[in-house]
Amino acid sequence: MAPKIGKSVWNFLDERFLLSQLIAFGKKKTVPEHRHSFWYFFGGICLFLTGIQVATGAMLLLYYTPHVDAAHESIRFIMSGVKFGWLIRSVHSWTANILIGLLFVHMFSTFFLKAYRKPRELTWVTGFLLLVLFMAFGFSGYLLPWNELSYFATRVGTDIAGSLPFIGNWLKTIILGGPEVSQATLSRFFWFHVALLPLAALTLIGIHVLLVQTLGMSKPIGERGTKDIPFFPDFLYKDALGWTLILVLVGVLCVFLPWEIGTKADPLAPTPLGIKPEWYFTFMFTTLKIIPPHVGFIEGEKLAILGFMAGGLLWMMIPFLDRRAGREKRSPLFTWIGLALAAYIAVMTVLTYALPKL
Amino acid sequence: MNIRAIRLFAATVLFAPLLAFGQKNSCVECHNQLDDELKAPVAALAADVHAEYGLSCKDCHGGNPDKDDLDLAKDKSFKGAPKRSQIPLFCGGCHSDAAAMRAFNPALRTDQLSQYETSRHGQLLKSGDTKVAVCTDCHGSHGIQSARSPKSLTFPWNIPQTCGRCHSDKGLMEGTRVPTDQLDDYKASVHAKALFEKKDLSAPVCNDCHGNHGAFPPSVTSVASVCRQCHPSTGELFIKSPHKKAFDELGAGECEACHGNHKILAASTAMIGTDKHAVCGQCHEKGSRGFETAAELRRDLDGFETSFRAAADLLAQAKQKGVDVSDAEYKLLDVTTILVTAKNLTHGLDTAGIAKTISEGEASIAGVRTAGEKALDEARFRRRGLAVTTVLLALFAVALALKIRRMARARQMGDGPGGSRA
Repeated sequence: MAPKIGKSVWNFLDERFLLSQLIAFGKKKTVPEHRHSFWYFFGGICLFLTGIQVATGAMLLLYYTPHVDAAHESIRFIMSGVKFGWLIRSVHSWTANILIGLLFVHMFSTFFLKAYRKPRELTWVTGFLLLVLFMAFGFSGYLLPWNELSYFATRVGTDIAGSLPFIGNWLKTIILGGPEVSQATLSRFFWFHVALLPLAALTLIGIHVLLVQTLGMSKPIGERGTKDIPFFPDFLYKDALGWTLILVLVGVLCVFLPWEIGTKADPLAPTPLGIKPEWYFTFMFTTLKIIPPHVGFIEGEKLAILGFMAGGLLWMMIPFLDRRAGREKRSPLFTWIGLALAAYIAVMTVLTYALPKL
Repeated sequence: MNIRAIRLFAATVLFAPLLAFGQKNSCVECHNQLDDELKAPVAALAADVHAEYGLSCKDCHGGNPDKDDLDLAKDKSFKGAPKRSQIPLFCGGCHSDAAAMRAFNPALRTDQLSQYETSRHGQLLKSGDTKVAVCTDCHGSHGIQSARSPKSLTFPWNIPQTCGRCHSDKGLMEGTRVPTDQLDDYKASVHAKALFEKKDLSAPVCNDCHGNHGAFPPSVTSVASVCRQCHPSTGELFIKSPHKKAFDELGAGECEACHGNHKILAASTAMIGTDKHAVCGQCHEKGSRGFETAAELRRDLDGFETSFRAAADLLAQAKQKGVDVSDAEYKLLDVTTILVTAKNLTHGLDTAGIAKTISEGEASIAGVRTAGEKALDEARFRRRGLAVTTVLLALFAVALALKIRRMARARQMGDGPGGSRA
């Protein structure tokens, strides 16, 4: 009787969702295996961590209150009063940071393997936009606990946006919801973090994954004689092994270094010394600190911001600029550009922490 | 008073400095060409509070700055630089004149000169000792800043140095009975710590105890009144205590007898009791009732402090292990208040009151201790949970790794579903 009901349910769903075709596609799907295929796993790990972000974020919404008088208190309650609240929040914060770190790894590995070349240009573009979105997630989420560090880091961050030529003031007011960091800012950041950005991210993730599935994984240039392994279950098992190891790492971090609550923000207090943004923004932050006040006829800070924007745009357009890779030829110039960028980001980030008085 | 008059006054106040420096001033023109010492007043006056209000050289020194000729400029109204003994009267000419001061700063007091005349400095000056401090020694002469300016010699954190410049000078103080170690003593005190390290401008400096224009060493009988300005509850407790009568009979200066004067250190329970660091033994002989009471108070306070530290240690351990104990830390702050209250009550020698306060404190500490132990239990639970989860995840990972290897071998042997050559 039970198998009969099960079959009926399966048939009902199959007719409507074309499940048999999906399974057939999954069984046929293969992944190339070669000496660089290790880097394929970072995409899956990022997707797994995004899933954790959604799940833990949704749970935090049960207790978080986006109000300047209650935000910090609600986080404190989550950390000490809610059963396993400390774990959920720590997992959310730690995985957010690990996720951004791995997104950088995923992006650079894709870059150096030249996986962006035709016909995967849009996979690269959506991936780059996802990195920007996740950094925006980080920036908006950082303020939500309404603590001293996040409050002043947001002030510094939005001041930088405000120094943009022509649109600076307008942009700063739009981001902050007024002239300074206030309740309006917290409400906006909360809305960005839980409504606008997730919607945009889910759309882009959908396109990105769809492109990966339809176009398949890219093989590095000149990689001949590679064999393919089935996506299901072989590749998925390897993916699951990576996810398991990440889970152990996150567990250890959460138990031994639970994410701090910090001191409640006091808008009337003086800016504490050594204020800096989250680590993934520090390469830009340190650049702004060390650039001379004037470079030629333009203000140094404005030049640096315009440089980041132009650089980001060019980076996104790499698949269309690297014509040699598009013709399946090696493009060492772009490899060197990538290496220089990776070294620049690494050096600037290390300098932020090694020489804080720079 | 019509609107026009108000506007005229506001414009005068706002633009007077410009006018003062914009119009002809032969004093400035000449002094700018003289040697450093005679040139210095011109530069210093630019940042002077008097110049801000539009006053210039002639307002203090007289003369006619419109004239280029030296003799015409130094007309009969010219006063020149006053003698040192004349400086209080020179400054007091305006600063004691309420009507004159009202035009510039109606809130400024005008009793400085009369206060100065009652001060030790003023008395000595009157008797012909011109080494004593006059207005310019504390305020400067041509670069005088408002006392509210942090650059002013009379801003709270500059006052110890301003007074100390003379009072630490052994040569200047020679022949007087005034010691010269006050500044060093003050710098070592709890008050200096509050002022210089915490930047607490309410911390007392020299003039808060001695007065400023009427500066005078407080007499033995008035020391307690001086301290009570900031420590009223302690003073009230002391007045009601048996010590009050005893100290009066001994001629001891209440607070100062136990805490000292310039070098007042942070009070601790070590001051109470019968050992060599305690002050009680200075008067109470071994075996006396006071001696026994001191020992008992010390025992009670030490016990309370030990419990307090143990509870604080528990919270620190739990915090170090990553458990949030902020609620318990707030409770511990209440206990800190109780501990301070208990210590303060020793000034009244109310042993019953102290015992009651300590008992209340112990009850609060018990609550903190329970919270601390609970937090440590939570830390242990988390670690155990992590260990179990890690073992389970490790087993799962090993199983996956084995499965992956088996599948790879199967593919190599050509059994697998993949294996196609690209």
